[in-house]
Amino acid sequence: MFDFSIVTSWIHGVLTSVMPVGVAVFIECILVGVCLLLAYAIIAIIMIFMERKVCAAFQCRLGPMRVGPQGTIQVFADVIKMLIKEIIVIRHSDKFLYNLAPYVVILASILAFACLPVNKGMEILDFNVGVFFLMAASSIGIVGILLAGWSSNNKYSLIGAMRSGAQMISYELSIGLSILTIVVLTDTMQFSEIVARQADGWFIFKGHIPAIIAFVIYLIAGNAEVNRGPFDLPEAESELTAGYHTEYSGMHFGLFYVAEFVNLFIIAGVAATIFLGGWMPLHISGLDGFNAVMDYIPGFVWFFAKAFFVVWLLMWIKWTFPRLRIDQILTLEWKYLVPIGLCNLLLMVICVVFGWHF
Amino acid sequence: MKKPVIKSIPYEEFNNNDYLERMVKQLRENGTNVVLGCLDDVINWGRSNSLWPLTFATSCCGIEFMAVGAARYDFARFGFEVTRASPRQADFIMVAGTITDKMAPVLKRLYDQMADPKYVVAVGGCAISGGPFKKSYHVVNGVDKILPVDVYIPGCPPRPEAMLYGLMQLQRKVKLEKFFGGANKQMSYKEYEKLMEKDLTADKNELNVEQPDMSK
Amino acid sequence: MDLAEKIKTLVPGAEYVESGDGLWKIPSEKLHDFAKALKDELHFDFLRSLTGTDCGEEGFGVVYHVEATDSGRQIVFKSVTPGREKCELPTVSDIWKAAEMNEREVYDYFGVEFLNHPDMRRLYLRDDWEGYPLRKDYDMDKTREINPIRMNNEVASDDSPSYELDERGNFIRKRHVIFDNDEYVINIGPQHPATHGVLRFRVSLEGEIIKKLDVHCGYIHRGIEKMCESLTYPQTLALTDRLDYLGAQQNRHALCMCIEKGLGVEVSDRVKYIRTIMDELQRIDSHLLFFSCLCMDMGALTAFFYGFRDREKVLDIFEETCGGRLIMNYNTIGGVQADIHPNFVRRVKDFIKYMRPTLREYHEVFTGNVIAQTRLKGVGVLKREDAISFGTTGGTGRASGWACDVRKRHPYGVYDKVDFKEIVFGEGDCFARYMVRMKEIEESLNIIEQLIDNIPEGEYQLKMKPVIRIPEGTYYSAVEGSRGEFGVFIESKGDKYPYRLKFRSTGLPLVSCMDTICRGAKIADLIAIGGTLDYVVPDIDR
Repeated sequence: MFDFSIVTSWIHGVLTSVMPVGVAVFIECILVGVCLLLAYAIIAIIMIFMERKVCAAFQCRLGPMRVGPQGTIQVFADVIKMLIKEIIVIRHSDKFLYNLAPYVVILASILAFACLPVNKGMEILDFNVGVFFLMAASSIGIVGILLAGWSSNNKYSLIGAMRSGAQMISYELSIGLSILTIVVLTDTMQFSEIVARQADGWFIFKGHIPAIIAFVIYLIAGNAEVNRGPFDLPEAESELTAGYHTEYSGMHFGLFYVAEFVNLFIIAGVAATIFLGGWMPLHISGLDGFNAVMDYIPGFVWFFAKAFFVVWLLMWIKWTFPRLRIDQILTLEWKYLVPIGLCNLLLMVICVVFGWHF
Repeated sequence: MKKPVIKSIPYEEFNNNDYLERMVKQLRENGTNVVLGCLDDVINWGRSNSLWPLTFATSCCGIEFMAVGAARYDFARFGFEVTRASPRQADFIMVAGTITDKMAPVLKRLYDQMADPKYVVAVGGCAISGGPFKKSYHVVNGVDKILPVDVYIPGCPPRPEAMLYGLMQLQRKVKLEKFFGGANKQMSYKEYEKLMEKDLTADKNELNVEQPDMSK
Repeated sequence: MDLAEKIKTLVPGAEYVESGDGLWKIPSEKLHDFAKALKDELHFDFLRSLTGTDCGEEGFGVVYHVEATDSGRQIVFKSVTPGREKCELPTVSDIWKAAEMNEREVYDYFGVEFLNHPDMRRLYLRDDWEGYPLRKDYDMDKTREINPIRMNNEVASDDSPSYELDERGNFIRKRHVIFDNDEYVINIGPQHPATHGVLRFRVSLEGEIIKKLDVHCGYIHRGIEKMCESLTYPQTLALTDRLDYLGAQQNRHALCMCIEKGLGVEVSDRVKYIRTIMDELQRIDSHLLFFSCLCMDMGALTAFFYGFRDREKVLDIFEETCGGRLIMNYNTIGGVQADIHPNFVRRVKDFIKYMRPTLREYHEVFTGNVIAQTRLKGVGVLKREDAISFGTTGGTGRASGWACDVRKRHPYGVYDKVDFKEIVFGEGDCFARYMVRMKEIEESLNIIEQLIDNIPEGEYQLKMKPVIRIPEGTYYSAVEGSRGEFGVFIESKGDKYPYRLKFRSTGLPLVSCMDTICRGAKIADLIAIGGTLDYVVPDIDR
């Protein structure tokens, strides 16, 4: 298995040999930051392109075709356009909050993105309460959305933001419960540890019934958490024009747009990490030859393959299902998902206590 | 002479090339800076390939507009993918259908709400000249009376193919523009300042009150 | 005729005018009592159409077409205002709710003030519009000077005027409050993805729940009825396609039928068959678009594309025969524009074969979806009495249990020769409205299947006189449009131009019942209700 820490320690070695440790660490931090932002942007572009092509395929269309071969550089055109588009200043709005909101959203998204362990030795933020940190960081996004809705001085935005607040805060609970179910199984909250424990089998197999229930709950709640269909009420196009970002134009809107897609990737990435073994290859006990072949595939390939599989699942759902109504969303969460999640947690505890897992 | 290239349709196959050539000449009268010109090309490439329409339709042409977005014609292929419902996020407005007197201020307001750079495409006879309803007491005879129109697509309603052609004309037009130097601004900075000032002092319901000159 | 005697006893001053379809003239002071008696004693509960006309020196007239839903009896009566200056009439909006919007329309067109009407605002034109456009003395040459395009934003007032008479005959102007100052009013439309065009709602909200809804029309009011008054009969045909562009064939069918009725012309059987088939194809086209748009509004985007994919197939058939995709210009007075294309029969059969299994796919993709069902079932219930009172014909009425299909009530074309079911549901909610339309696609396929092989030989166009003049009188004929009864009312003075041409809008009753059925629903339900009512805005505004 390819270990990325070889690369990082080599860079560290080179840098410390020519400069003091403090400066080296500082340079490394900048390097990591740049790489992180770059990766974030690339993921966003891939996600947007994937979304277009996947939805086109579901809808008997072709999707982008003209810009680049098969439309592959369509998104770059969008980015260039977005960057030079005018950013409109709204009168009678709270200008400070209005301008701050998209950055809060994108900041939350980047923070959460940094938690994902992509490969062995390729974790950026990895400490003993990683899961906890991820959830805390990702929920900052709600603040951004609420601020956007409030500061725009637009009734649609406000309704969208309120819907969003109610929805995201509720579904945070289910996400927490379903992740907690796996934490019970692993007894650690560190992402690298969680992945390492799955070397002999992914948690969705090891934890069998409760893990599968948790996985399904996680998918539903995760979908709702990132405001995507059928839970896309906050920006329900046919009801609220564009919801909380109705008044945003240019790159400010672009930040919301990008954050939405990367958040989807983060949800999928966390699902891949926690339930599907992260960067761990697929191993079937007994088939040593097969396992050896699987080991040759690098970890980040495994991770991205799993994450994009989950993304594809969520896109499938988005493009097929009609939108829920606000009361139905809250009913689903508080009357079904939370009780089921709690029982499931109990079930998992029982399984762990009696050792009924693999 | 700079020719805008649209993939798989040669320059000669478009109509109204002389109009475009005149526009190019006007835009490049004072020459073009090499660096800025190249930057302009990149920007124009991006802009022309990512024109997002506003979901706006008043009548029959709107249905054909939907058909253009649907499976058979699919304007997503050319980058007109994301129809935005909020004018702030749209790049061009397809005026699809008749504009009546009551709708005119609303349309103007929608246009004002859009972020620069913005374009207007007049679709169908009604939007171009009033069409069959020219003699009516409540129809604006041509949307160009209230908005600067970039491309006209004739027809009643135009076929989806005609709409695609018109949209590509718009792309060609966008490809020729100069972003640097403010050549695209539809009003001077002073006018803009004046308008903003007026905006700030106007009452809530009397924004942008300006009687259009009907004699033109 | 006992109805005539009954009317004579009710209103001694009533007189019968025989020209055209014939109508009763009721003195204006007796109008309200007469209407009340009609509704209560004779069960005339459905106001089909309400038309204002300019009666010259006499004043302004209003023509009422009323029908009894149980017996199918009809009556047409007219009442004239006391004079041109003193133009007021008692309202009948307390008897038939359908009159509420229609009387506002008459007020807008002619300035007739209806006493005791709760909401005498203009319906289509702006409040600062000067004059009344359909009055014959409105100067059309100077219209741009009197009413230039006003580019200032419209002020939406929060109250509405009404007019009453006190005991001594004095005129009182009252103001009714629509929205209080402390209500949270949001504005939906005119440019909004869910209003299917440029309709505008002002909605008062309590959280997400709708407390009150106020409809504003007129953003696509093109003055078609006024324009028709200066066009010859064949020229008027051009405008009907653009009214309800999803019912282009049917609209034109109705107008042609009305003119033919006035001329006393009977078209050949071939024409009747072709017209009927075209009407049904148009209905399928419209219902497919309904399905697509409803799905899009509800957020199921994929289904939208499915609907449009199949709609293109209908359009192909139209295009081959008529030459147009949306605006067909196919029916003419005394026939159709061109004979059917040689491929027509084969392609229609192919389409029927293709459409049946595809409908099942729709049901799998959308109807069966649990979210779609919970979003639609029990939402926006329109009761049967309300449906009749508002005159919401078409799928909306039938979903409420009211068998209002014009094809059954007053057969035209060859509908009396085909065997088809009238789809009637009883729930009156969004899901019933949706299902009625989906089932109607199947019924339409059945009708076409029965007719397509039996199109008789014959002329496709009768020879008509170069100048068409309809004998003096009033004529009304109706067809079952894609979304309800589409009627045409012609008042002729024997000229080559119609004196008054009115289209009974299919959509106006639908939006007038919005306030009733939306109260207590949520914003998201408003979208579902609007989607299932399936109105087309240019048809409302005309």
